[in-house]
Amino acid sequence: MGKTPGTIKKTSIAVTINGESHELEVKPWQTLLDMLREVLHLTGTKEGCGDGNCGACTVILDGREVNSCLVLAPEVDGSEILTIEGLSVQGVLDPIQRAFVDHGAIQCGFCSPGLILTTRAFLAENPHPTEPEIRVAIAGNLCRCTGYDKIVRAIMSLARP
Amino acid sequence: MSNSTKYIGKSVPRVEAADKATGRALYGADIHLPGMLYAQVVRSPHPHARIKSLDTGPALAIEGVKAAVTARDLPALTDIGRALGNEGAMGLEWFRRLVLAHDKVLFEGQAVAVVAATTPEIADAAAGAVAVEYETLPVIGDVLEAMRDDAPLLHEDLYTATLGEKPTRPSNIAAHQEVARGDVEKAFAEADFVLETTYKIQRVSHGYLETQAAVARAEPDGRVTVWTSTQGIFNAQRQICAALSLTQSLLTVVPMEVGGGFGGKTYAAVECLCIMLSRKAGRPVKLVVDKSDALRAAGAGAGAYATVKASATKEGRLTACSLQLVYDIGALPNSHAPGGMRSLGPYKADNLKIEARNVVTNKLAALMYRAPGSTQGNFAVESHMDAMALGLGIDPLTFRMINAVEEGDDDLLGTTFGPIGLKEVLNRVARHPTWTKPLRGRNRGRGLALGYYTGLVNTNSSVLLHVHRDGSVTVVTGHVDLTGTRTALRQIVAEELQVPLENVTVQSKDTSSAPYSDHTVGSRTLYTFSLAVHSACGEVLAQMKERAAGRLGVDPGTVRYSEGMFRAGRGKSKSISWQEITRLSVRQLGGPITAMGSATSNHPPCFAAHITDVEVDPETGKTRILRYTSFQDVGRALNPGLIEGQVQGAVVQGMGWALGEELMYDQGHLQNPNLFDYRMRTASDVPFIDNVLIEVPAPQNPYGFRSVAELPIVPVPAALANALFRATGARFNNLPMTPEKIFWALREGSPSSRRRL
Repeated sequence: MGKTPGTIKKTSIAVTINGESHELEVKPWQTLLDMLREVLHLTGTKEGCGDGNCGACTVILDGREVNSCLVLAPEVDGSEILTIEGLSVQGVLDPIQRAFVDHGAIQCGFCSPGLILTTRAFLAENPHPTEPEIRVAIAGNLCRCTGYDKIVRAIMSLARP
Repeated sequence: MSNSTKYIGKSVPRVEAADKATGRALYGADIHLPGMLYAQVVRSPHPHARIKSLDTGPALAIEGVKAAVTARDLPALTDIGRALGNEGAMGLEWFRRLVLAHDKVLFEGQAVAVVAATTPEIADAAAGAVAVEYETLPVIGDVLEAMRDDAPLLHEDLYTATLGEKPTRPSNIAAHQEVARGDVEKAFAEADFVLETTYKIQRVSHGYLETQAAVARAEPDGRVTVWTSTQGIFNAQRQICAALSLTQSLLTVVPMEVGGGFGGKTYAAVECLCIMLSRKAGRPVKLVVDKSDALRAAGAGAGAYATVKASATKEGRLTACSLQLVYDIGALPNSHAPGGMRSLGPYKADNLKIEARNVVTNKLAALMYRAPGSTQGNFAVESHMDAMALGLGIDPLTFRMINAVEEGDDDLLGTTFGPIGLKEVLNRVARHPTWTKPLRGRNRGRGLALGYYTGLVNTNSSVLLHVHRDGSVTVVTGHVDLTGTRTALRQIVAEELQVPLENVTVQSKDTSSAPYSDHTVGSRTLYTFSLAVHSACGEVLAQMKERAAGRLGVDPGTVRYSEGMFRAGRGKSKSISWQEITRLSVRQLGGPITAMGSATSNHPPCFAAHITDVEVDPETGKTRILRYTSFQDVGRALNPGLIEGQVQGAVVQGMGWALGEELMYDQGHLQNPNLFDYRMRTASDVPFIDNVLIEVPAPQNPYGFRSVAELPIVPVPAALANALFRATGARFNNLPMTPEKIFWALREGSPSSRRRL
């Protein structure tokens, strides 16, 4: 039998999350998702499938959206990460969050943090997208409740010049 | 209720939306308690096997492993437990097998044991170390196979539940229901036109993004708290207490936000495992089900075979229709057939017959899935009615109009319809551009299908109102909020009490703090709790009028209330404000103002029609949905924005069922246990979903509300099949209508032979 999991040496990383610096001890196989949820208790990032197919765990890593279940924690040493908890400042909703709330784009809400962060990364690159462009941009984020209708409309409301 | 309303009919945003948008909302997996252990389940790799030996010793020997549980740890059943446990759709004995396999495993992924350890990694290693020896048994993979006389028995003591003659020997048919009126065979023999077809509907997954998750903490004195993303805290409490012989007052079930349910979070199996482990380990225990395990073993939407035979006069009057349904309900008997019994609801022929069977197979249990049993029956019936109309050379909408039920007609179950909106729905379709404007272009087609649904019977909702000193109001509910319950309660209370919306807060509370409510299923929630909250608000106003009368020195019968003021007689001298009464109540007017409202009710019939335009790519067989419009009688729209969202979600879920989703099995082994191979619709697969809300008020509800949330999935597969027939010339009787099936249908069929497919 190999080593029991608890005895394997941890790695030290330094990472900035939502503007705060953290020095953390992470396990070599630990995912970024696990680090956020289990170590830092930033539970706004959700695990839907754990294998990169649903997008619920989306966070922004150095400006790009990633499925945090597919990134290993040791890889983010030296990076800047934005999670859903870092988006609203002093309790005021970010415009994307506001649009999702106002357009009824949130039902069960499990996909919402990932969708909101995907939208943020997408609009930063393409501030005036068309409806088909929006649909393709969020195709990596599954939602079972809304049929995407009000999500697309919320994003379109932000995309207008 | 006057027609001018302030909050009813308004699309106010969901009260908890900001919490969800900021990541503050807490779901089952988001609870973290000091000293908490992590659980992992040992699951059967075999769909059918006898457990020859089971040893948790090697797991318990690993450092950090604190407890292990098997079916041997389930307590003996008590009479109280049996009575409690057999109330639901799935009997207690079967529910206990959903918790843990007993002496044999019945489906792939069934829990055989569960362990708890200090870290998830150690729990994984421990689950792998549990020693299980299996003797595999023949797998019953298909219902037709399961119904054969010589089929091996899944359960040696399963006798068909039926209203007819009790069977003398066990079989794989768990239930058999039959309803009929007139004489279908005679009508078929005499008819101008008869058509018979068998349809097949595949098994699907509920597709909630959040898998089952719970945390339990057992105290040394016997109290237990469980935090869970269940659809019903009181139903969970009942199941857990029955299965584990717990006293209900010792168990507190705390509702968490639910990351999608659709009927798939109605059995508290995960909660039982956490509680058993926590009691053994003396520490809190968390269990979060892996997505692949949820797809393999948590619950599915039933597959079915459906044979429809119908006859009509050449003028298009339906003379008879029979429907035979066989549901693949998986290994654990539970209820699906009742959903199928509604399948002919929209049609008023003299001769109708439905026969439905629930058949067990070595697959995970088919739990309730959004309008359970109904979508399956509807796909067959509505595809068939389309084919009947085409065969008779009658426009499909006209054919529906000729045969649609209306007020005063009886449904097949013997209920006489009161005011129903089917005619209004059809009339709106007839005038709407989505139907009247011709669809042009090659490989395109338009489809129509009707839908019918009624909610559950005899379910309860209760709410508690507290009016505070400052005049604001707290509403306490034990309803799990899946569909906007808190928002809807707030709107109704603000309307009834004529207080600002901001002054009403709705709190979802646990089984120890909230009055009883049944689970959030069966499109029952708004309809039933609106009855409860109506009565609670009436009680609050009665109390306050009495107190106002006391202060004003008048008879309580003379006090009127409007806009925050209680008045008696004429003029301002005889008036007292809402706030004045609430301020004085506790010390001077007899105590706090509080009221409970409770209602136990059935649900009204609801009808819909769906229209869709599709285009098929002949090179790939891929279907592009150009347009989709739902017409639904909602009775009265409390919150049109929330209704649209419900309908849009249900329609897209139905598009997945129609066009691609399928739990694919090989001899009981699931072949696609992940969201890459089990492909749900994405934003780029679907168009905007248009909504036409029709309001024919339900007479037994003070607001006129009808049920909304399940019906809009029901007609979707048939609407798409009917559109695809017109786009391709091929009739797809076998769901899902994948690009492969469409491609081959286009390839193999010359235009003339295609018509016969």
